[in-house]
Amino acid sequence: MGKYILKRLLLLIPVVIGITFFIYLIMSVAPGDPARLILGENATAEEIAAKRLELGLDDPLIVRYINYMAGVLHGDLGFSWYSGYDVMQEFLSRLPNTVTLGLLSNLITICIGIPLGILAAQHQYGPIDYTTLVIAMLFSSMPAFWFGLMAQIYLSINLKWFPATGAGDLYHFILPAITLSTGGLAGQVRLTRTSILEVNKLDYVRTARSKGCSENQIVMHHVLRNALLPVITSIGGHFATILGGAIVTESVFAIPGVASLMINAVKVRDVPVVMGVIVFISVFVGVVNLLVDLCYAAVDPRVKLTA
Amino acid sequence: MSKKDRKKSLSNRSQLGMIAFRFSKNKLAMLGLIVIAVLMIVCISAPLFIDYTLVYKQSMAVRLKGPGTEGHILGTDQFGRDLLARIIYGGRISLLAGLAVVGMALVVGVILGGCAGYFGGKVDNVIMRICDVFMAVPRMLLSMAVVAALGQGTFNMLIALTVAAFPGFARTVRASIMTLRNQEYVEAAKCCGTSSSRIIFKHVVPNGLGPVIVSATLQLGGTILAIASLGFLGIGVSSPTPEWGTILSENRTNIRYYPYLGFVPGFFIAISVMCLNFVGDGLRDALDPRTKN
Repeated sequence: MGKYILKRLLLLIPVVIGITFFIYLIMSVAPGDPARLILGENATAEEIAAKRLELGLDDPLIVRYINYMAGVLHGDLGFSWYSGYDVMQEFLSRLPNTVTLGLLSNLITICIGIPLGILAAQHQYGPIDYTTLVIAMLFSSMPAFWFGLMAQIYLSINLKWFPATGAGDLYHFILPAITLSTGGLAGQVRLTRTSILEVNKLDYVRTARSKGCSENQIVMHHVLRNALLPVITSIGGHFATILGGAIVTESVFAIPGVASLMINAVKVRDVPVVMGVIVFISVFVGVVNLLVDLCYAAVDPRVKLTA
Repeated sequence: MSKKDRKKSLSNRSQLGMIAFRFSKNKLAMLGLIVIAVLMIVCISAPLFIDYTLVYKQSMAVRLKGPGTEGHILGTDQFGRDLLARIIYGGRISLLAGLAVVGMALVVGVILGGCAGYFGGKVDNVIMRICDVFMAVPRMLLSMAVVAALGQGTFNMLIALTVAAFPGFARTVRASIMTLRNQEYVEAAKCCGTSSSRIIFKHVVPNGLGPVIVSATLQLGGTILAIASLGFLGIGVSSPTPEWGTILSENRTNIRYYPYLGFVPGFFIAISVMCLNFVGDGLRDALDPRTKN
């Protein structure tokens, strides 16, 4: 077990190196001098040269990359080129908001998606089945920012049920979490439905049925236990999607999270911040996937963890 | 038609005919296909019935007029620009950009996935590890990072979305080629002395195309959504160029008092994405009837 975890964590290293190097590379070959972008059009040549020296832009690409990665290994993600803040510290102060949002929205997807999936599977090809699938699909097809804006206007501003923006207590996160969960809803419903239908065909379920078990007992005791296994795996992938969607949601609801840090950084090409988000999120997603796989093995003894 | 007749007519159909027949039986998929086709035709033939100058023509006299105003079926925005014209010309950008991204990602994905699946071994290992790297970061974040690196602009956004989309295709293509490579009919073709290129293009590709088409259709919906999201965040297609997400973004401050400004572009995004998803699902069921049971 320990060996497996270690091996999986070690496998993260090439992935992180690969993705950071790729972003670093294209950032370096892209046209435009970062020093000029920071200082503006009116900067003198001397000022630009000084800035380039300060940012280490005159070093060869590989040297800069190795310096950057050496910093990362020491927990130093550098300073924002524009605002001057320490990227690592800014992240850590913003992380709780993004994690709260992500967990809450994952919880909502699971709490709504799984029961709906069960409902659809039990009424396969009936009106309930189709209605559930179409509604779930409708929610998934809506752009999150649109749903968020509409919810904000009608539920927060007009009806005053929820706070419209910001990140205070948990109450602030309800509407953003609902917004963020819409995207994954259809996937969750369909996965649960398919998975239940597949298990439903197995012999032991037929045995349970012929024993005279009630339909509820069959679903709750026999089918669900096995049918939910693939659903657990999907949660990991879903978490990654949620982090991507969090950018938009955090922007709509003005939540100071990690993802929204990215938007401004992208607009002004703030390399340390963009790199920091990428490093951070790729490690984060990798660890979440590892945890999900461990859960999977814990729930299903047939699954052997072999790296 | 009696059951027997139908069975007979089914058995006479070609493979493609069978797929079309199964697809046409799927009401949701057909609805999706029709809506998407109509949307595309309207957007492409837009210059025939809506003057392009209306997209940018500002008029303070008619600003923020609701839907149904004379001459402005969907109303006007804060600068008095006709919303219908902006939506339709915006649709050209949203849909065409979506198609362009999926097309480019498909080309890269098919080449890489094809090589990985066909050659196997080291080539496969290298290509798949590269794909793993790109799949480690959520698509939206990766595209944003690439936009950050290349600078803003429509073309750079297309490149960014392609970078984020191709590994999915590469994986799909590789998986389907891997399963086909060892099929008996491929072996049989080899025994007959068929050339490699003929095996690939005549036997493997047509059979492996199914999952790729399905995932391309589904990806198209996701890509349109991603383009709109980037437009909304102000790092995709930039205003005043009309694009559905950008239109929503530029009207953001007025949506509270003029809800149609938010509703209309959102509706078009949601409808096209949903219809593409229906078509994708329908294609999946039609191409592989075993999945639907």
